[in-house]
Amino acid sequence: MSAAIEVTDATVRYGDVLALDAVSLSVAPGRICGLLGTNGSGKSTLFKTVLGLVPTDHGSVRILGHTGATARRRGMIGYVPQSEQVDWAFPVRVCDVVMMGRYGHMGRRRRARPADREAVAHALARTHLSDLADRQIGALSGGQRKRAFIARAIAQGADVLLLDEPFAGVDKRSEARITELLLQLRREGHTLLVSTHDLAQVPVLCDEAVLLQRRVLAHGDPEEVLRPETLMEAFGIHTDGRGAAWTL
Amino acid sequence: MDALMAVAEWFTVPMGFDFVRRALLISVVAGVACAVLSCWMTLVGWSLMGDAVSHAVLPGVVLSYLLGLPFAAGALVFGAGSVALIGAVNRTSRVKEDAVIGVVFTAMFALGLVLISRVPSQTDLGHILFGNVLGVSDTAIWQVLILAGAVLAVVWYKHRDLTLYAFDPVHAHAMGINPRLLETLLLGLLSVTVVVALQAVGIILVVAMVIIPGATAYLLTDRFERMLVISAAVAATSAVVGVFASFHLNVSTGGLIVLTQAAAFTLAYLASPGHGVLWRGRTARRIRTRAADAGPSTV
Repeated sequence: MSAAIEVTDATVRYGDVLALDAVSLSVAPGRICGLLGTNGSGKSTLFKTVLGLVPTDHGSVRILGHTGATARRRGMIGYVPQSEQVDWAFPVRVCDVVMMGRYGHMGRRRRARPADREAVAHALARTHLSDLADRQIGALSGGQRKRAFIARAIAQGADVLLLDEPFAGVDKRSEARITELLLQLRREGHTLLVSTHDLAQVPVLCDEAVLLQRRVLAHGDPEEVLRPETLMEAFGIHTDGRGAAWTL
Repeated sequence: MDALMAVAEWFTVPMGFDFVRRALLISVVAGVACAVLSCWMTLVGWSLMGDAVSHAVLPGVVLSYLLGLPFAAGALVFGAGSVALIGAVNRTSRVKEDAVIGVVFTAMFALGLVLISRVPSQTDLGHILFGNVLGVSDTAIWQVLILAGAVLAVVWYKHRDLTLYAFDPVHAHAMGINPRLLETLLLGLLSVTVVVALQAVGIILVVAMVIIPGATAYLLTDRFERMLVISAAVAATSAVVGVFASFHLNVSTGGLIVLTQAAAFTLAYLASPGHGVLWRGRTARRIRTRAADAGPSTV
């Protein structure tokens, strides 16, 4: 069986800056993989690589055995952006955003058919946003905003979800709710790649974790990857106890 | 009754003149085409691009005149060419996009000025720069109607994709919808629209037509479809008011159209429910008052 996400030997440069150095990463279907690293460690670049947004020097990306282009065309890749990348004042409603997930399934004019409306209603219900469907997207709380974009990926029918910092700017209760939702998606067979600064959430959510610093420094069991010794070795952090190492 | 008659006459008297009817047609059609596009310009943040394209078409207009071609032909070539040039220089140098835009459009505009100085008749310069909606030819009218119709048809067909591009181009890419292509389409539409609006208000004021209505509508609604309607309504009303008022006051038509749009924007900026400064000020005051009533313990 092919891996859900298979990155092989990907090297990415921005001009003279080496952003990813021969990164290989394989995530099996139905797993949640946490992507850990400091700012500038290449997390965003790895996301862009999987999405096919940046050219790699060499190396390849395959999604469930397909090339990136095929996987994208078939709507297999869902994407939940970082909050900073979204224009929250944009005049769209929550249901409009979720409907955009259906565009790949529609004709050239992107007119919604009953099946599309059903998929949107279903995705909104699953993310507990049905009552807020007519709100402007920016009128939601931090956690609701994240759920709206997860709903978009659900409506899209994506098999592989990329979530960029889904817990940033979210309170504890919403965090628990999002975690529950993501675990549900995994149980249904979705594969999730989740980048996060929130290390406390990693053992709760993730089946495996990747520690990235331009290269893959560690990949395995979350407890193993998050061991202070691993982190210290990775970053050369000098710490007298477990606590300090827990903030990247 | 007399007042009513006076108002009616304010409209009916000018309508007796053929040139006014033609001006009205051009201004409303060009205004609506620009207004529809301005909604995306506002949301994508392309105001400077509108300015650039409008100035860059000048040499194209002059060359068309010299070669006896329809003005739209040369304008389109130079409009689209400048956009491509801006994109190419931006991608292949370390200079930031706003600087590239500034270099390309001023250079093109300068080329236009040099070309004009070689043209025997100087009378057209003023018309190109400031518009001459009261003296448009039949060919010009047809060019405007056809191009505006084409723009509106493409927009009608592709508006959801354009909004997807404006909102989240990365998501478009992730679904296999090419954002580059949509960007190119939007820039192409911008070039054509600018050429359309040149006839109504001239090169200098075109940029207003592709910014102000959309910005005004953005202050008035949180729904994109409504934004399109409001923007078009603002532009059409401004065109009508501008044309009639300029007839009675004997002043620049293009100037008055843009001034009317600016007045609409000012009104929305001040008094829009929800987004206007007066409204926000009132809400803030109310919250402050309530906080003060509740006493310092709640702070």
